[in-house]
Amino acid sequence: MYGWTGNILRVDLSTGQHDVLRLPQDAYRAFLGGKGLGGYLLRGQATLPPGHPDLPLIIAAGPLTATIAPTSGRCHLTTRSPLTGAVADSSAGGRLGTELARAGWDALLIVGRAQRLTGIEIDDGTVRLMDARALAGLDTAEVFALLRQRRKGGSMAATGPAADTGCLFASLMVDTHHAAGRCGLGGVAGAKNLKYLAVRGTGRRKVADLPALKAAREDILRLTAASPALLGQHGFSCYGTGSIFDLMDSRRMMPTDNFSRTRFPGAEHLNAHAYKTRYQPRRHGCQGCHVLCKKIAADGRSMPEFETMSHFTALIGNTDLELVLKANDLCNRLGLDTISAGSTLACRREISGEELSGARVLELLRGMGTGVGPGAELAQGSAKYAAIMGRPELSMSVKGLELPAYDPRGAYGMALAYATSARGGCHLRAYPISHEILRKPVATDRFSFSGKARIIKIAEDANAVVDSLIACKFLFFAASLEEYARAYTAVTGVSATAQDLLAIGERIDYQERLMNAQNGFSAADDDLPPRFFNEEGSSGPGLPIPPVPRQDFLAARAAYYRIRGLTPEGLPTRETAERLGLSWPQGLDTALDAGLDRGLERP
Amino acid sequence: MIPLLAKYAAKLAATGLVAPDDALLAALDDELAWSRAGDVRQPLMQEIFAGLNISALLLARPAGVYQAVMAELARQALADGAGIITPGDCETRTFLHDLPVVQGLQAEGVIQALRRRKGCVILHGDEAFVAAFGTVSPEQAYVTMSSMCFACFVAYFAQHLRDLRSGRMTPERRAEFARIKALLPPDRSDVPDLAPGPFASEDAARAAMIQAGRRTVEYGLVDSYFGNISYRLPVNGVQTILISQTGSSLDELGPCIDPCRMDGGNCAAITASSEYSAHKAVYEGEGVRSRAILHGHPRFSVIVSLDCPRLDCPNLGECHRACDTPRCFTDAASGLSVPIVPGEVGTGPFGLCNTLPQALTATSGEKRGAIVYGHGLFTLGEADFRDAFATLMDVERFCREEYFRRVKRLGGGRTPAGEDSRAR
Repeated sequence: MYGWTGNILRVDLSTGQHDVLRLPQDAYRAFLGGKGLGGYLLRGQATLPPGHPDLPLIIAAGPLTATIAPTSGRCHLTTRSPLTGAVADSSAGGRLGTELARAGWDALLIVGRAQRLTGIEIDDGTVRLMDARALAGLDTAEVFALLRQRRKGGSMAATGPAADTGCLFASLMVDTHHAAGRCGLGGVAGAKNLKYLAVRGTGRRKVADLPALKAAREDILRLTAASPALLGQHGFSCYGTGSIFDLMDSRRMMPTDNFSRTRFPGAEHLNAHAYKTRYQPRRHGCQGCHVLCKKIAADGRSMPEFETMSHFTALIGNTDLELVLKANDLCNRLGLDTISAGSTLACRREISGEELSGARVLELLRGMGTGVGPGAELAQGSAKYAAIMGRPELSMSVKGLELPAYDPRGAYGMALAYATSARGGCHLRAYPISHEILRKPVATDRFSFSGKARIIKIAEDANAVVDSLIACKFLFFAASLEEYARAYTAVTGVSATAQDLLAIGERIDYQERLMNAQNGFSAADDDLPPRFFNEEGSSGPGLPIPPVPRQDFLAARAAYYRIRGLTPEGLPTRETAERLGLSWPQGLDTALDAGLDRGLERP
Repeated sequence: MIPLLAKYAAKLAATGLVAPDDALLAALDDELAWSRAGDVRQPLMQEIFAGLNISALLLARPAGVYQAVMAELARQALADGAGIITPGDCETRTFLHDLPVVQGLQAEGVIQALRRRKGCVILHGDEAFVAAFGTVSPEQAYVTMSSMCFACFVAYFAQHLRDLRSGRMTPERRAEFARIKALLPPDRSDVPDLAPGPFASEDAARAAMIQAGRRTVEYGLVDSYFGNISYRLPVNGVQTILISQTGSSLDELGPCIDPCRMDGGNCAAITASSEYSAHKAVYEGEGVRSRAILHGHPRFSVIVSLDCPRLDCPNLGECHRACDTPRCFTDAASGLSVPIVPGEVGTGPFGLCNTLPQALTATSGEKRGAIVYGHGLFTLGEADFRDAFATLMDVERFCREEYFRRVKRLGGGRTPAGEDSRAR
C-alpha cells in the first residue's frame, strides 16, 4: 500500500507485550487514518468506563502524515472521555504523527494498565516499555528535559501531575509546546500508568505519484498565501491564533465573566499585539507546516493560544498579561486543558462570588493539577462542580465539555455546532467561525440559522476527513478538500474526489454518534446552557446581541437531525448506519428501547 | 434563503453574464428552495443535488460574448480530448485551478465534474451552460459562475493572440474570432461623478469607498465583484488604512471595510483584503503623495498583460511569478506609463506584495497605475478615487485598443518582436 504501512502497533501495558495489528485494506479506505481509524479501533470497547484497562488509547497518523502535503505532520488521539463519557478525540501537533509514520506505524493502540509508572519508547520497529517511576510527580517540562538528556531527536508526549492525580480534563503534552488538550485524554493515559511516549522513525512514507503530490501541494500553498487569516500581516503566522482576539472584541462575542457578558472592557490592551510587544515571541510550528502559528516567548515559555488568552482574561476578570503567561505555563506543566481549566475557574468565581487575584488563580490551578489543596475540587470539571454546588446551570459546557472562547450569541452557526459536536463543547468540529467571522469561503449571516443545519453537517463531515488524512483545520480557511483530495490520491494511489472524501467523513462522524448513543447520549445532550437563550449579551451601538432565539435553535437542530440521518431524539438509525457501511452496535437497540439510565452508564 | 437566491440570480443578470431568467439557483437546508418557482430545470437540478453533499447549486446559460467564448473553449477542450479548460489568469490559477467540460446537459456528467471542481462548463448542442455549487452559501456558486465567465473571456482572447504569434491560426478560428469580437459591448467612456477629497473623517472616506466600489462593478472593471479598495487617513491620531474586507463585494461594501492601524496596534487586518500587505507597503512608499488605492480586474488589461512575444523564454509557464523582463505599457498620447510585474495573490514568497509596491511607487505623472501579470490593475489616487478610477478606465481603454492593434499587426503572420516597450 502507498500512504499506509498496514501496521498498527498494539501495546498491552498489563502484560508488557506488544504485537502488530493488521486491518483489511478496505478499512483504511473507509476510515483513512487519524480520527477515522481511531474511531474504528475504539468501536468494540466504546462503552468501557474510562478507567477500565481494556479501554484503548489510540494515537493514529493519517495517509498524508510524513509526506510533503502541507500541515500533515499531526496525529489524532481517540478514546472515551473521563470528563464527558462521550467519544474523546483530539488532534495533536508537534512531530509525534510524523515520527510514528516514519517509524512504520499507522497507529499505536495502547491497552491495559501497567503495574508501575511506565514509558513507551519506539524506535522504528523496536518497542520498549520503560520504568518511569523516577518521573512520578514531575511536571511535563521536567519530564521532557530528563528524557531529552538520553534521547536525541524524535518526538515525545508526556502527562503531568494532573493525569497522575485523576484530573478529568488532564491533557497530554507533545514536544513541550503542543497539547492534546481536550476531553481528558491525559487522564486515560494516567489511568493506564502511562507517563510518556517517545517515538523516533527513520523511514519514509511511500508515495504513489510524487509529481501529482507536488502539484497539489503547490495549489494548497498558493491558497494559503492568499489567506489574510493565515499568512497576512495580522494573521496566524505573524501573531499566532491570538490574532483573532481583536475580532472577538469588535464583534462583541468575547465570553466575559463566565459568559454572562460578551464584551470585556480593556480587551484592546490584551490583544496579540500587546503580547508580541511585551514577549517578543519567535515562530514555531508543527512538523510539515509553513504557517508556524505557534509562538514561543523569548524566555522559552509557550505563548498562550487564543482560547487561553481569552479565558484567562475576560472569562475570569483578569487584565494582567503576565498572569496569562504564568497560568498557561502552569497548565502545560501540570498537564491541564487550558479551556476547561479557565472555564471551571470562571464557574467557581460566579458561584462563590470570590474575585480571583493572580496568586489565587495560580493556587487554584495547582489544586486542580495536583489534587491537593484549594482547587482540588475543580479537577472534575465545571459541570460536576456546579452540580455539586447546586448551580448546574452555571457550568458553561455542552455534554460536560467546557465551551471555548466564541460566545454563541454572536454566531448562531457556532451555537448549533457546539450543541451537535460529538465530543461536546468544541468549536473545531464544524468551525463555523470560518464563514461567520473570517468570511471564508464566503461570509454568512452570523445572526441567522438559515441554512446552518446543512452547513454544520457538511463541515463536520469535512473536518472529520481533515482529522483523518491528516491536516490542520486552520489550512481550511484557505484550501478545501478539493485540493486535499488530489494530495490524498497522489499519496495513496486511491482515486478520490472531494465528494468521495466527504462521504467518508460522514461515515466517521456517524460512527462517533453510534458510540455516543451506546453511552446514552441523545438530543437532551445536544443543547446549550440556558444562559444563552435567556440572557442578552453586551449589546453596543448598532450591534444588538440578543439571546439566541430558542425556537429557531430547536428548529435548526431538528433540521440537522434530519440531514444527518438521526431520529428526532438525535439518535442514530439502522438505515443510515447501513447506508454508510457501519455495523449496528450490539445491544444498541436494547439500550435505545430501554432509554438508558444515563446517570449509571456515564463515568 | 429564497431572497438570497433571488439576489444572486438578479446579480448575474444585472452584470450581463446571463439573460434574465436564464439562471436558476437552489439551496438545500433540509428542504430545497429555488430562486424561481416552476422552472423546467428543477428536476435536473434535484438529480444533481442528490448526487452531491452540497448546500447550493446554480445552473445558468451565459449570455452574449460569454456564451460565445465559453462554447468555443468547451468545443476545443472536448476536441483535444482533455475535457478541461485551463485559463492562465491569476484568479483561476489560485481559486478554481481549471474548468472541467462536460458533454451534454445530463445529471451524471455534471455530478462527476462537480465532484472534482467547484464549477464546470457544459456543452449542450452548440450552447454552453455553467453549473456551480456551494457548501456554505449560494454566493459561492455565484462567485464561481462569474469567475468562470471572466476566466473564459480572458482565456479566449489571450489564446487568440498567442495562436497568432505562434502561427497556429486557422481560417475557421479567425472567422469565429470576428463573430465573437462583434459581440463585445462597446467601451464605456463616461466618467462617474465621484466624491472629491481629501476626506477628513472616517465616515466620509467610507462613503467614498462605497461609492467608488459600486461604480467599479457597474463599469465592469472587475472579475465578479472582486478587487479591493483602500483609503489612508489619520483616525484618532493614528495613520489608518480603511480597506475592503477579504471576499467582500465591491458593490456592497457597507460594513465590509476594516480600519487597520498602520502601526499594527491591532489585528483588524485579519479579515482585510488579501492584498492588505501590498496596499500598506504602497502607502509607506508613497508618503503623503497618495491617499487612495483602487484595484480592479479590467479584462483587456489582464489579457494584454498575458501577451508576450518571447515564445522561447526559459520562464515560459512561470511568467506569473518568475518573469524577469521589465515590461511596461507606454502611450505618450494619453500620458500612460504602466509597468507590468509578476506576483501571486497575497503574501507568499511569490506574492505581489513583493513586486507591486516598488513598481507602483516608482510611477509618476497624473495617471499612476501598475498591472500584475494575469491578475489586474492597481491605481493610485492623490486625494480621492476620481483620478484612481479615471486611470483604471484609461488603462483598460488603452489595453483594449492595444489588443486589437496587436491582433491586426499579427494578422496571419509570424511574430514581430518588441510589442512591449522594454525601455524601462
